[in-house]
Amino acid sequence: MSFLDLKNVTKIYPNGTKAVHETSLSIDEGEFMVFVGPSGCGKSTLLRMVAGLEDITEGDINLDGKLMNEVDPSERDVAMVFQNYALYPHMNVYNNLAYGLKNRGIDKETIEQKVNDAAKLLQISDYLQRKPSMLSGGQRQRVAMGRAIVRNPKIFLFDEPLSNLDAKLRIQMRLEIKKLQQKVGVTSIFVTHDQVEAMTLADRLAVINNGIIEQLGTPIEIYDNPKSLFVAGFIGSPQMNFLDGNLKNKTLSAEGFEIKDINSDFEGEVTLGIRPEHLSQSENALISLKVELVEQLGSDNLVYGQLKNKKDFCYRCPGNQTIEKGSNLSLNIENNKYYIFDKSTGKRVN
Amino acid sequence: MTRFITSSFSHLILLIGILIMVVPVWMIFASSTHTSSMINMNGLQMFLGDSFYENYLRVLLYQGGFFKEITALKMFFNSFIMATGVAILSVVTSLMAAYALVYYRIKHATLLFWIIFITILVPLELRIFPTYSVMAELNLVNSYFGLIVPISASAIATLFFRQFYKTVPDELLESAKLDGANTWRFFIDFLIPLSKTMIVAMLIFMFVFGYNQYLWPLLVTTSEQYWTVVMGLKMMSGSIVHRFAFVMMSMVPPILIIILLQKHFIKGVFQDK
Repeated sequence: MSFLDLKNVTKIYPNGTKAVHETSLSIDEGEFMVFVGPSGCGKSTLLRMVAGLEDITEGDINLDGKLMNEVDPSERDVAMVFQNYALYPHMNVYNNLAYGLKNRGIDKETIEQKVNDAAKLLQISDYLQRKPSMLSGGQRQRVAMGRAIVRNPKIFLFDEPLSNLDAKLRIQMRLEIKKLQQKVGVTSIFVTHDQVEAMTLADRLAVINNGIIEQLGTPIEIYDNPKSLFVAGFIGSPQMNFLDGNLKNKTLSAEGFEIKDINSDFEGEVTLGIRPEHLSQSENALISLKVELVEQLGSDNLVYGQLKNKKDFCYRCPGNQTIEKGSNLSLNIENNKYYIFDKSTGKRVN
Repeated sequence: MTRFITSSFSHLILLIGILIMVVPVWMIFASSTHTSSMINMNGLQMFLGDSFYENYLRVLLYQGGFFKEITALKMFFNSFIMATGVAILSVVTSLMAAYALVYYRIKHATLLFWIIFITILVPLELRIFPTYSVMAELNLVNSYFGLIVPISASAIATLFFRQFYKTVPDELLESAKLDGANTWRFFIDFLIPLSKTMIVAMLIFMFVFGYNQYLWPLLVTTSEQYWTVVMGLKMMSGSIVHRFAFVMMSMVPPILIIILLQKHFIKGVFQDK
């Protein structure tokens, strides 16, 4: 049995809303798991059930070999970093960190030792006497993490902790969280709706939609091999291009072009997915794109335009290429990197 | 220029207001430092006389009442006990009532709260006889307990604390729970420190409320030993200057409480920012 085991976990709210459907998931010790999905998909509910802040309607949660269903959150030995940090406003940073230890009846010297160690690790030693209201966003974030680290819990739970920070700080804290988790080695679950955060942080990723785990795997597996239309559209930035098409006799006919010898026996209406970065320019290629707008990011150019049938399309090319607005590009799919999904079920068919 | 005129005008209005409030009090104070005969002949005085110590000392130590058993000093003591008792008891009970209403899964908590709130519409005077007969049955007439307890349930304080608790984010409770705090610890370690400012405000409010009680102490005490200052204002006999001196002294405790606690009040407000 792995470290954290969810077995057929279901959450139905009293008003009948089903937030999480029979979800099963195993997380190994020391693993960094990320739950990613759009807001309202049930990822936070799942996390809060692990913490014990939400009751479990059905199913079992096992942590370190012990059934957690009826265990009070204070007894579970889990630590959580909240979206708005939930620092204790009337206590200074030192007491914020020490509070959980005091409640466990640890003696004063040990507490002081542990708080100072955690503060040093997070570089907040200078602010120990300050109240949370006197700290900046990034400092508060560190204190919130310090409060989790200092208790040395079995598992860290992060509930969208970076969404209140500005873009630059978010990237910095993202790195620090990853480094810290590797240093401390605690099993962690991180909830986010930001796919970049999810990709960069995760050892393994669970893409959640409508209370169901759509796909579970390493970030690269999920990026390279999305199993459904939803996962394909959610992971990757800019988003994957989707085109309608028809698959028959291993031949895909899409808007104005055909792809032959497709590795699938499926027949019927399909959606073709192509990532903007899996395209390249060449003479007489499959796709013809009329350029409407070019976003120059420096390292890359994002080219937005329309296909012949007025469908929006995006192409990503290196930043050193000059592309004129209004010009026509001829694009090929690199190395057959395209994805075909059953249009009615959203399942991958190739 | 217009700004100068409007601000002068509003200052003028404020000054008139202050004068209307302060001058009568000053006149009573000034008059209370003269001799009775002076007041009887010349009316109220605007300037200080030289009988301050004589008048005030006499009032404090004079054995008054029908049985000459009570001094003003003792009345101040009684009033202090009563007002402090009412303030502390009502703040403690409303803190706990609000906590139960907001944080415990009580069925129909909102309905219960509104029932508590409706008691504001039922003044003490309306329930004074049933309340008195309960106190009489329990043999609590002529006791501090009887003076304090029946008027110490405050729906308004419960309302204030309840509304405040509702603004405390849920994450704080959840975070405290994960840190190993039980419901009691959350109350002591979080809600009480966080509502410190409001507690001080309510203490002031309820102290003055308790101090100003007249009808209830009048009814529930028959022994002069339990007279309060506000009762004494009516009961004390004596010459006009002594009454004035007593009136002046009766104003001191509420003012003192406000001055003393306001420091904490303001400190609390600034620390929260």
